[in-house]
Amino acid sequence: MSTPDKLINFAKRPKIAVHKFSSCDGCQLALINDAVSLLELATIVDIVHFAEAGPLDEFAEVDLAIIEGSVNTHHDVHRIEMVRAKAKYVLSVGACALTGGIQALRNFTDEKELRHWQHDVYPEETEVIIEGDLATAKPISAYVKVDFELPGCPINTGQILRAIRQILFGVEPEKNVDPVCTTCKHAGVTCVMVAKNESCLGPVVADGCDAICPKLGRGCYGCYGPAKYANMDAMIAKLKEMGLSDEQIKHKFHHINSQAITFHGVTARTISQ
Amino acid sequence: MSHYYFIPHTKIDQILSYFEGNGYKCLAPRHLEGGISYAPIRKAEDLPWGYVDEQKPGHYQITKTENPQAFGFTVPTASVKPMLFKAKETVWKVKRDDSGKLGFESVVDVEKIAVFGVRPCDLRGIEIQDRVFQHNSYNDIRYSKRRENQFIIAMNCGTSHFNCFCVALGDYPRADKGYDLALTEINSGFVAEIGSDKGRELLLYLEVDAATGAQVEHALNLIDNAAQMQHKQLPPIKEVEAKLMANLEHEAWDDVASRCLSCGSCTNSCPTCFCHTERDIPNVLGTETEHTREWDSCFSIDHSYTHGETYRENPKYRYRQWLTHKFSTWRDQFRTKGCVGCGRCVTWCPVKIDVVDEINTICK
Repeated sequence: MSTPDKLINFAKRPKIAVHKFSSCDGCQLALINDAVSLLELATIVDIVHFAEAGPLDEFAEVDLAIIEGSVNTHHDVHRIEMVRAKAKYVLSVGACALTGGIQALRNFTDEKELRHWQHDVYPEETEVIIEGDLATAKPISAYVKVDFELPGCPINTGQILRAIRQILFGVEPEKNVDPVCTTCKHAGVTCVMVAKNESCLGPVVADGCDAICPKLGRGCYGCYGPAKYANMDAMIAKLKEMGLSDEQIKHKFHHINSQAITFHGVTARTISQ
Repeated sequence: MSHYYFIPHTKIDQILSYFEGNGYKCLAPRHLEGGISYAPIRKAEDLPWGYVDEQKPGHYQITKTENPQAFGFTVPTASVKPMLFKAKETVWKVKRDDSGKLGFESVVDVEKIAVFGVRPCDLRGIEIQDRVFQHNSYNDIRYSKRRENQFIIAMNCGTSHFNCFCVALGDYPRADKGYDLALTEINSGFVAEIGSDKGRELLLYLEVDAATGAQVEHALNLIDNAAQMQHKQLPPIKEVEAKLMANLEHEAWDDVASRCLSCGSCTNSCPTCFCHTERDIPNVLGTETEHTREWDSCFSIDHSYTHGETYRENPKYRYRQWLTHKFSTWRDQFRTKGCVGCGRCVTWCPVKIDVVDEINTICK
C-alpha cells in the first residue's frame, strides 16, 4: 500500500506533535510566525506536544509527528524511536532532519578537529557537547522510517501549512521538484550567474525559498537541498569554469545539506591538491 | 505624402502622458539590477539612455556609454510574454458554504498595458502565442482581454547581439505587422510608421511632422546594419523541421544532455514557450481554495508525469522534446515556426548551450 492510500484513514480530527532534535528551532518558528493560521489549525487538529509553542506531552500517541532537527546523541536515538513508535505518520522538516544540517559537517572531521571547532564556537570550555554524543549528525531517516519530508533551511510558513493541509486532505505533501532557476525566471530576476558571474547553486537546488538570494543579487547557497533532477557534473564544470577550485566547490555543497545523497559525489570526495 | 513620421526624443514625455490619460500602464525597458528589463515608466529619463548590452552564450553585460539613444541595446532580458501570459496567476477560486455547496468565482485580472519598445522578434513571439492562446482550440479569456487592451510601440533594431538569429530564420530586424506604432531610433528621435488606428490617434496627438527622406534612409540603413551584424546560420527552416524528426536517435542528443542542467532557463525566457501547470492553494481550514496557473517547462522532470509514469526521465528526451517541438512539430500544431531568433535561450543558458549549434550538429 502506498503512503497516499494509507492516508485515506487519517483521523478526522488528528492529534499532532511537533518535536525538536538538534536544530536551531527556525523550522518550528515557521509554524509559529503565522500565529493566526496556527490558531486556525488548532480548531481542526489537537496539537498535543509543541514545546516551542506551549503544549507538552512528549510521548503521546499521535496521528502526525512533525520532526525538526538531526540525531546527534544516544539520547536522540532513544527519543526518535519512541516518537516513531507513538506516531502513525512522521513528517521530517528542514535541512537538519532531512540531511543532518550544518552540524553534519562534523561527519567529515575527526575528534581532534571537532574539539578545535568546539573551542572556536563556544565561549567557554564545555564537555556538554561531547558527552553522550554520537560520532555523526544524521538525518531522522537514518534511524527511523519517515513518511514525508519537507526540505529547507529553514522551511517556510506557507510550505508547512500547505503540507499539513494536504495530509489532512489525505494526500502526500507536494514536493519541491524544480530548481531555483524556475522561480528566478518566473519572478523576472536577472540570472546572477549569467549577468554577474556569481557562483550560484540554483540549477541543482530545489526551489522553495522563492529565490530569496538571487532576488538580492547573490548566488543560491542551496538551503532547500537537491532538486529532483540535478546534473552535478555540468554544475561542477560550470563552477570550475567560473574559476572556483575543487576545494571551494566542495565547501559550497558542504554548507547546509552536506549529507544529501545527490551532493555526495562532491561533499564526500577527497580533494587531491 | 510620406507614410513615415518623425518623433523627436523631446516628445517621449508626451507619449507617456497620452498613455496615462488613456488609462494605460506604460511598461518600457529600464536599467534595473544588472539588466535591461520591462518595468513601469513615468518619465522619458527613466529609459536606459546610453546603455548598450553584450550578449553571448551564457553571458550578459550592460555598459553605460555616451550613445545618445534610449534604445541602443538589443533585446530586454525578458520578452513581452509575462505581460500577456503571466508567470503565475489565480484563474478561479472556490468556496464551500455552510450547506456544503461549492461557489466558484472566475478571476480575470486585466490591466491596460502600453509597451513602449517591442523588438521585432518579440512582436513575432506575440503573434505565435496568439495562435496558442486565441486561434487554437481554446480561446484563453485572460490572454485575449490583455491583447485587446494592449498598445504596442514596436522598436526596430539598430544593432544585434552575438546570439541574435532572426535573419537565419528568414525574418528581419524590422517590425512587419502586429504593432500600433513602429519606431526606428535615429540620433535625435524616432522615425515612425503607423500600424493601426490606435497608433494613428497617438501620432495625431503628438502633432509631429513627416520624416525627411534622409531620416528615413538613415533609419532603414540602421536596420540593414543590424541584420548584417548577425552571423548565425541555419539550413532553411523546412529542412530543419524534417531533419530533426529524422534524427531522433542522433548521438548529439546524448552529448547535449550531458552538458544541460535541465534548469529550464531557456524555456522560461523563450517568448513563445507556453507550457503551464495548474495547482490548488487551499486555506488552512480546507474550506476554500485558489486555483492557479503557472509556467511549466518541458525541462521539469515532472512535466511528463502522466498516469503514474514519467516519460522523459532521461534529460536527453527532455532536450529532444524541447528542440523538436520548437523547431519541428510546432508547425503541425500551430501552422507556424516556434522560434523567433531572439537568442535568449542562448544568452540565459548558464552552461552556454547554443540552440543554433545543436541544430546544425543534428541537421548536418
